[in-house]
Amino acid sequence: MSASRLVLNEPSELRFEINRAALVDAEIFAAERSRIFERCWLYVGHESEVRAPGDFRTRTVCGRPLLFCRDGENRLRVFLNSCRHRGTVVCREPAGNAQRYTCFYHGWTYDRDGRLYAVPGQSAYPPNFDRSQYGLKEPPRVEEYRGFVFLNFDANATALGDYLGKATEYIDLVLDQSPSGRMEVIHGTQEYDIRANWKLLVENSFDDYHLLTTHSTWLDYLKSSGVEVKRPEKGHLLPSHGLGKDLGNGHGTTDNVNFRGRPVAAWIPIYGDAAKPELERIRSEITRRVGEERARRVCDTNRNLLIFPNLVLLDGSSVSVRSFQPVAPDRMRVRAWALGPVEETPLARQVRLDSFLTFYGPGGFATPDDIAALESVQEGLGTYKEVQWSPLTRGIAKQGEQLNTDEAHLRAFWVQWDKLMRAA
Amino acid sequence: MNEIRRAEVEDFLYHEAALLDAWRLDDWLALLTEDATYRVPSNDEPQSDPKNALFTIADDIRRIRARVARLKDPHAHAEFPRSRTRRLISNVRIVELQPLVVEANFVIYRFRGNDDVRQYVGRYRYGLERREGKLRIKSREAILDAMELASLGTVSFIL
Repeated sequence: MSASRLVLNEPSELRFEINRAALVDAEIFAAERSRIFERCWLYVGHESEVRAPGDFRTRTVCGRPLLFCRDGENRLRVFLNSCRHRGTVVCREPAGNAQRYTCFYHGWTYDRDGRLYAVPGQSAYPPNFDRSQYGLKEPPRVEEYRGFVFLNFDANATALGDYLGKATEYIDLVLDQSPSGRMEVIHGTQEYDIRANWKLLVENSFDDYHLLTTHSTWLDYLKSSGVEVKRPEKGHLLPSHGLGKDLGNGHGTTDNVNFRGRPVAAWIPIYGDAAKPELERIRSEITRRVGEERARRVCDTNRNLLIFPNLVLLDGSSVSVRSFQPVAPDRMRVRAWALGPVEETPLARQVRLDSFLTFYGPGGFATPDDIAALESVQEGLGTYKEVQWSPLTRGIAKQGEQLNTDEAHLRAFWVQWDKLMRAA
Repeated sequence: MNEIRRAEVEDFLYHEAALLDAWRLDDWLALLTEDATYRVPSNDEPQSDPKNALFTIADDIRRIRARVARLKDPHAHAEFPRSRTRRLISNVRIVELQPLVVEANFVIYRFRGNDDVRQYVGRYRYGLERREGKLRIKSREAILDAMELASLGTVSFIL
């Protein structure tokens, strides 16, 4: 299978098609790991998930078990969670605080800075055995953008800030919810598998074309709860105006006028009357701090931001950080967290979490239907040898602004994917 | 209330399980009080409060009713066609008398489309009340034993 034939991109012919093998084929899946996941910046975690020296969390990124932690000086660190002796996973707990990390197999012990601290029976090793050469390994690159920690397995990768590029504008908009610009991950993780190719969740996370049909029961719920859901204007599919944007490097976002409830300053009856003054207070603080115009963007727009390849920042009914790990061509593991301002009052926090559950997550009123859609697509792709191509041309004939229900931002993802897959 | 015996609680929980397995959701709603709650905590935070932790499900009675309305709609795609479920309830214990708190173990087998069977295993914690002589559910929490939802996927039916 030649990688060059997976994305058919002929702008002058107004053609853009995806070869469905890209979502099914095992060789392509294997190539993605080396050509995309081992070259791009991958999300590890948020600074707030480990706070004090010795705090740790274990997680898997790109098939590598990782230790995401604070060292003795309280610096954020990422270690490859594999004993230098035989390879055992050294830290096997999901989270905690450690003075040292001891491998249970033969007892090699590492300190919080990753240094090999003790080896039982070290005298049996030859004189050239040097403990300082056997610390826990780190990924070649670890960098942070405003609390979001990423790694890169390519030592020569461009700096994280340059990689994120124009996407930082949209990360900053989320962080402007907080008076100090600092958000925290709220405890409680939603971890679930989807039996579908990971790129289907990329598309689904910022494709608003599906909203009306896939999520009609969610819209009905909003309406029956007293939320005004307007009829779409002529030529539009959704109750409010929204754009789809290509942010470069495969990143993209929707940028929509809000019509749903938002825990920042867009009260809906579902939140209850008691929350109204609190949301007004939040709104006026944001306006005072960032000015009227930017406050409107922070409060009155919602945005689903894709950071290429597998991180999504959803700023809609709540703020969710969602990353997903490909497991097989037809399977991914999703982790999603709720993000809130560090200064948030208990009442505002409660509204934020409650609003989250109206839409997002494996028990929400919308996400399960997304998952059903992706799994149904994957099943349908069993026909990929007979039905080879999927069109991705919404909006392609249009000059100027691209809507959230167009596919320019989805094409931007696939163009970058194709570019990396074809690179030597 | 002091007269409550385990057999009566068991009968009540078995009845509820039968209603849910049969998708008799309106009849199930009738078992709830006007201020009932239904919760499923995140798997990694099984003992939390939805005021300050992210849950999988944390419904008040309004959202329970909305959930049922949604599940009855054929456009609730995650449950159309509907899952078939079979609940086994066991180890029923009265853990507090005033107010009445009951715990029970559950195994729910879920069958859907061509999927492999999915097994939801965990513990229920109920707050029950007697209203006009009949037991009613004031709070209902389903705490899953799985470390992560992982292959269980979604919780789109009533757990």
